[in-house]
Amino acid sequence: MSTLVLAEHDHHALKSSTLHAVAAATKLGGDVDVLVAGSGAGAAAQAAAAVPGVARVIHVDAPHLAQPTAENLAAQVLEVAGGYTHLVAPATGFGKNVMPRVAARLDVAQVSEITAINAPDTFVRPIYAGSVFATVQSKDAVKVITVRTTAFDAVPATGEVARIETRAAAADVAKTRVTGQELTKSERPELAGARVVVSGGRALGSAENFKLLEALADRLGAAMGASRAAVDAGYVPNDYQVGQTGKVVAPDLYIAVGISGAIQHLAGMKDSKVIVAINKDPEAPIFQVADYGLVGDLFEIVPALTQELSG
Amino acid sequence: MKILVTAKRVVDYNVKVRVKPDGSGVDTSNVKMSMNPFDEIAVEEAVRLREKGVATEVVAVSCGTAACQETLRNALAIGADRAILVETDVDLQPLAVAKLLKAVVAKEAPQLVILGKQAIDDDANQVGQMLAALLDWPQATFASKVEVGNGKLTVKREIDGGIETVEAALPAVVTADLRLNEPRYATLPNIMKAKKKPLEVVKPDALGVDVAPRLAILGVAEPPKRKGGGKVADVKELVAKLRTEAKVVS
Repeated sequence: MSTLVLAEHDHHALKSSTLHAVAAATKLGGDVDVLVAGSGAGAAAQAAAAVPGVARVIHVDAPHLAQPTAENLAAQVLEVAGGYTHLVAPATGFGKNVMPRVAARLDVAQVSEITAINAPDTFVRPIYAGSVFATVQSKDAVKVITVRTTAFDAVPATGEVARIETRAAAADVAKTRVTGQELTKSERPELAGARVVVSGGRALGSAENFKLLEALADRLGAAMGASRAAVDAGYVPNDYQVGQTGKVVAPDLYIAVGISGAIQHLAGMKDSKVIVAINKDPEAPIFQVADYGLVGDLFEIVPALTQELSG
Repeated sequence: MKILVTAKRVVDYNVKVRVKPDGSGVDTSNVKMSMNPFDEIAVEEAVRLREKGVATEVVAVSCGTAACQETLRNALAIGADRAILVETDVDLQPLAVAKLLKAVVAKEAPQLVILGKQAIDDDANQVGQMLAALLDWPQATFASKVEVGNGKLTVKREIDGGIETVEAALPAVVTADLRLNEPRYATLPNIMKAKKKPLEVVKPDALGVDVAPRLAILGVAEPPKRKGGGKVADVKELVAKLRTEAKVVS
């Protein structure tokens, strides 16, 4: 048994998601190799070689891997996949884009976003946005797996030195071409990985009133989120949406303001470590999942909370 | 140009799903079913491309039981021109669906296939990518903007931390993310019209596809219930508790 982890990196360093994926891979048993495919990615390959538990790093470098497409990355994984029983990537936008392509080419199922490993062929994964967990067994010879990063504690970034093997890159498939990237330059952390999330619901009443939450989020260094109702009402853009049809988050602290707690919203945030709910309706379902519920007028409570936290 | 779109029938997003007493699966009997919301976005996008004159025909496909006809009628009410149901009672997994869609693509020869990025029941997020791989077509997943012109596809796609723009030659596969559009509500006249639009039913056997599941579902369970219901009296108590009890703010 042996596992290949597809590293997510920016050519200079590994993304933390890779350390979570390696953590899951080491739980499978057997050797863990890491594939670093990039352009001028020697530093990332060395970083991968320093990760405890990694037996070998396969480093491929080519200009067409500078902004790699799913097509090229999948081709690269397939090029080196021979002999591995498990192919693993983090269940991030990166891994989700590539791995199903690999699985289809191998004519095997993919097991998406696993949260636990019961046996080398048996995994637990959330369905219905985490309202239910399924235990699934793969009957395929090769297991293609993506890993929910929040479910596996990251391995340390350094500690050992594994062998780095440099190989020739697979030919450029040239199917799609990346022509641009606009990374959000928000002062706030990204919603999906934020330690604190402040979310607003329809009770905010307007886009203007979301500014109240911004002050609170700024004080806490929090990402901003919203319920689907607030998005549907046009108060905030769609990428704020937390819930089954939006982003699934699990921060240390989730503050739900003026959110009643529809099922589809709860599905997206109920794994948060601590939940605070602020709502004027004492019967709102959100209070059933909240650790600290505060019944009252959000327009009074939120500014007071922001001030109290600053004190 | 013809566009193929997918329409999966799933438990409505407002329904609280329940595990069957024997833990063998999720109880879907007597539960409101709807089109997967991401597929609704895909259908809307395809219809808009036809309304803009970019596409000439929109064909909606669903794979599943006979009840999926209802889901397809919904797609037709949004504006798809005709529909194809690949009918089977087998519990279809993503690889099987991708193979069925590949067979439909071979018959229909669309220039573009638009799918929801994932279905909100099994949350697999696989079929679009798998279909692109099986067809050896380019893929543009998690699309928030789609432009088609001169045989070329330009897609803005949601990546972690921002937006990436990709270009590809047609034919290609696109998967729809939330921000792509806001699907319209089907009007009553359009719902009536949809009843008369053609809906073809085919069987997996006729498409030469083996749909046997690859993953055995050993069981499903609800996660441990969250113990909530705690209340605080005022902002002062809340902040004190967050600082000293939960230790999540400084």
